[in-house]
Amino acid sequence: MNKSHRLRLPVIAAAVTASLVAAGCGSSSSSGSGGSGGGAAASAPGITSTQILIGSHQPLTGPAAPGYSEIAPAANAYFQYVNAHGGVYGRKIKYTYLDDGYDPSKTVSVVHQLVLQDNVFSIFNGLGTPTHLAVVKYLNSTKVPDLFIASGCDCWNNPAAYPYSFGWQLDYVREGKILGAYIKQHFAGKKIGYFYQNDEFGQDGVKGLDFEIPQSQVVSRQTYVPTNVNIGPAVAALKAAGAQVVVSFAIPAFNALFKLASLKLSFNPTLVASNVGTDPITLGGLLEAFAKKGGAKVNGNQLTQSIITDGYLPTLGDGSNSWIALFKKVHDTYDAKAPFDGNVLYGEAVGYTFVQAMLKAGKNPTRAGVVKAIEGGLPQGASVAPYDYSATDHGGMMGAFIGVIKNGAIIQQGPVWTTDTTPTGPVTQFSGSQPAAPASGMP
Amino acid sequence: MTLLRHLIAALVAGAVIWALSVQLNAFRDFQMAEIAVYVVAIAGLSLLIGLSGQISLGQGAFMAIGAYTAALLMLHLNWPLWAVFPASAAVTALAGAVVGLAAARLSGPYLAGATLMLAVALPSLASQFPGVFGGDQGLSVTVIAPAALGATFPPTRWLAWVCALAALITLVILANLGRSRVGRNWRAIRDDPIAAALSGLNVGALRVLAFIVSAACAGLAGAMLAITTSLVSPGSFTLSLSIALLAGAVLGGLGTLTGALWGALVIVLVPTYVTDVATSHGLSGGVAANIPIAAYGVVLIIVMLVFPYGIQGGLRRLAGQFLPTSPTRPGSPGQRAPAGEHAEDLDSPYRRPPVSEHQEEGTS
Repeated sequence: MNKSHRLRLPVIAAAVTASLVAAGCGSSSSSGSGGSGGGAAASAPGITSTQILIGSHQPLTGPAAPGYSEIAPAANAYFQYVNAHGGVYGRKIKYTYLDDGYDPSKTVSVVHQLVLQDNVFSIFNGLGTPTHLAVVKYLNSTKVPDLFIASGCDCWNNPAAYPYSFGWQLDYVREGKILGAYIKQHFAGKKIGYFYQNDEFGQDGVKGLDFEIPQSQVVSRQTYVPTNVNIGPAVAALKAAGAQVVVSFAIPAFNALFKLASLKLSFNPTLVASNVGTDPITLGGLLEAFAKKGGAKVNGNQLTQSIITDGYLPTLGDGSNSWIALFKKVHDTYDAKAPFDGNVLYGEAVGYTFVQAMLKAGKNPTRAGVVKAIEGGLPQGASVAPYDYSATDHGGMMGAFIGVIKNGAIIQQGPVWTTDTTPTGPVTQFSGSQPAAPASGMP
Repeated sequence: MTLLRHLIAALVAGAVIWALSVQLNAFRDFQMAEIAVYVVAIAGLSLLIGLSGQISLGQGAFMAIGAYTAALLMLHLNWPLWAVFPASAAVTALAGAVVGLAAARLSGPYLAGATLMLAVALPSLASQFPGVFGGDQGLSVTVIAPAALGATFPPTRWLAWVCALAALITLVILANLGRSRVGRNWRAIRDDPIAAALSGLNVGALRVLAFIVSAACAGLAGAMLAITTSLVSPGSFTLSLSIALLAGAVLGGLGTLTGALWGALVIVLVPTYVTDVATSHGLSGGVAANIPIAAYGVVLIIVMLVFPYGIQGGLRRLAGQFLPTSPTRPGSPGQRAPAGEHAEDLDSPYRRPPVSEHQEEGTS
């Protein structure tokens, strides 16, 4: 046995030690910052006398990033506005959103980092159904408030299993019912085809549609998975079935692909699409980008023209709406680099809701306290329909209006409709009206 | 002797890991578990490429097989962890045997292409059969630390222990395998398959065997990932995972077990650190989000320029400069050392001698 043999053991041991110590060095510096706050004012993890620390997982890169990556900066812009106007009982909101690339295993990793290392008070507006499903059990078992999830999956509304989780946006079952009721009324006797994402998102939406649309009218049901962009066969099948109206529960990229594929087949049905996939600015941009890749030039606004969709926030083009005016002002001051589109509006509106909840939770908020505050109900705020929050309901918005895209903007058609998630619950016209935004811009 | 030495090294490493896991906060424990997952996956891949000379882009797909096996066993049969891990490795090894049989006739870019197909196609099976595999939502698994550890015991520390133990056992087995006759035969077919065949080695069988061992590692890593992230879904096993593993193996140093550790450290820790730095310097969201990806690329480029044989190769070269008396170190890269000397020279058993770089350029 020569000299190098005897050296071998210490070398491996030293390598392991060095690397793990390297892993440890970071922790000693960062763990100090979160734990010890300022005396009596530190009522919960992440709360100090001067700050409320919250975190989120967001697709800042990867397939879901176009459009959705604007949401967290927009929410943060609203928080900066609040911070500049006195904060929440004097505390400033600090919002740390980390990139998960829409990959569930990365979501798990960044949420662990936020909860265990950064010691956030709550997770706020975690984006995506498959991604957030990966952490919802963890957050509830560690009793971390999981507020206003950026996904319309009906699955979050389960207070027995997930007492700390709250949805926010209109869930897909309700959305399906509202779109379905509109189709039943306006396209009676027409042949209807479905095009939807084959997961909880699309399936929930179709569930809602089926509650309303007579089965005899549905001639074809086609699905896609987000990892496979070859949707030609699905579009061809819809055309072969003679669908005159196609209802789409798809993300923006797949609505764009659908539109381009149907152009190629000179298939021109009336398109009714879920709010999730129809922000006109995002969709128009994607249409132009995809067409360019294929060597063609199209006009995005022209292709999105007269798509029927729904909306649960005031429409961007409505300059007379006080909420649009408020959010435009905040956007221009704190987030001017982003386009003022549906995603930005969404981010600011959900940020507003969070501030509502924190104000309601009181001067010394606790994790259980904020849950209780939301269960006591939240005022309507930026949403066109009221929230359903109660001890037995963690869903969020209860309704939306029908809109039509005209010249790159959604135009509201008729009243706001509300409904529930049951098969028989009626779709009724909302009799109330949206309160005006407070002049101060603070809830 | 060799076995004893590896066991002692593993025990020392285990003690260090235990001490660190108790010292560090819960998130670092979680990261240790993640590192252990990548170490196992990369070690298997590194063995396949560095020792047997086959390239695979399908390691992520094999991890998916292991992860789904583990999730199904735990959900439907309530198997305990100590049984789930070997079972996942075994099922994946079986899959590896099938792929290996097909792949043994291929080499270089053709083999990479075939395994690439696997990485792309396999995870989408989960979407095709949502009834069994839970579709895009995946299957969720929960692992609870034994009650004996107390109610306040951090769950992530338990994960770190379980994964580190599995990783250490795997490393000891691989270390011994690499120094055994099988390991020497692998080196022989890597360096010169024709000469090896003339010496009576069954080149095809050895290649398939390397594939099986590598797949078993990936399967185990997949099972470990399943319990670490408590979720198995197709979104976790994209092509970019396979490529990240390959990059980790090359970055750490192909064919070395210590290199697998370096590769895993880079994959797990660099993005977290860089994100922290980027956000603490107040960079705007769009820029900060892309910095980890850019930093990863920069690390990749720098390591390949400065340490063409990976981090482990570079460290060994640095050590060689400070310890010039080491008697069995081969001279300049390009000078061919006799095969017998390779085995003696390694501080870990899979050292890929610098000379084989030229060899592979020739064969692939």
